Amino acid sequence: MSIGTVADVAAGVLVLTGALLALTAGIGVARLGDVLDRMHAATKPATLGLVLVVAGAVLRVSDLADATKLVLVVVLQFLTAPVGAHLIGRAALRSGAPHEPFVLDERAGDGQAEGELPDQGR
Amino acid sequence: MSAVAGVALGALALGAALTFVRLLRGPTLADRIVASDLLLTFLVTGAAVDAARTGAGTYLEPMLVVAVLGFLGTSVLARFLEGRGP
Repeated sequence: MSIGTVADVAAGVLVLTGALLALTAGIGVARLGDVLDRMHAATKPATLGLVLVVAGAVLRVSDLADATKLVLVVVLQFLTAPVGAHLIGRAALRSGAPHEPFVLDERAGDGQAEGELPDQGR
Repeated sequence: MSAVAGVALGALALGAALTFVRLLRGPTLADRIVASDLLLTFLVTGAAVDAARTGAGTYLEPMLVVAVLGFLGTSVLARFLEGRGP
C-alpha cells in the first residue's frame, strides 16, 4: 500500500466525518427550541466539520498554494466564528428573543428586564 | 474518492435544506441570522469537499471571499438587530 493510497483513505475518512458533522449542525438548527440552543448547534459542529473537511482536502490537493488557501480559510473561521457568535447572542438577548429560563442570570438582580440594558460601548 | 465526495455532498445538501427551513420559519430575526450564517458555512464546506474530490483548487478563491463576507454580513445584521428589536 503506497503512501498515496494511505493519504487518499485518510482524506476520505476526514471528508466524510466532517460532512456528517455539518449535517448534525443542520439537524440541530432545524430541531432545537430557541435561539441560543440553535446557536450552540450552528457554531461548534459546523466549525469542526469545516476543519475536518479542509484537512481532508489538504491531503488531496497537489499545489502548495491551494493548501495555503485552505489553511487560511480555517484560520479565518477560527478568528471570526467566536466573534460572530458573540455578536448574535448579545443581539438576540438584548432584542428580547424568547429563551428558556437561565439557571444563573447574573443580570437578574439589578432591576432591569432583559432587552432593557443600557447601551454600553456604542 | 468520488463516491465519498458524493455522500459528503449529499449530507451537506440535506443539512443546508434543514437550515433553509429554519431560515424561512424564523420565528425571530436572530434565528434567521444564525441560519444564514450556517448556510454560508455549508457553502464553504462544499467548496472544500469539491477541492478534495478533484484535487484542484478551482473554487478556493470564492471560498475565501465567502468566508470573509459571511462574517461581515453576520456582524452587520447583529448590529442592526440590536438597534431594531426582534
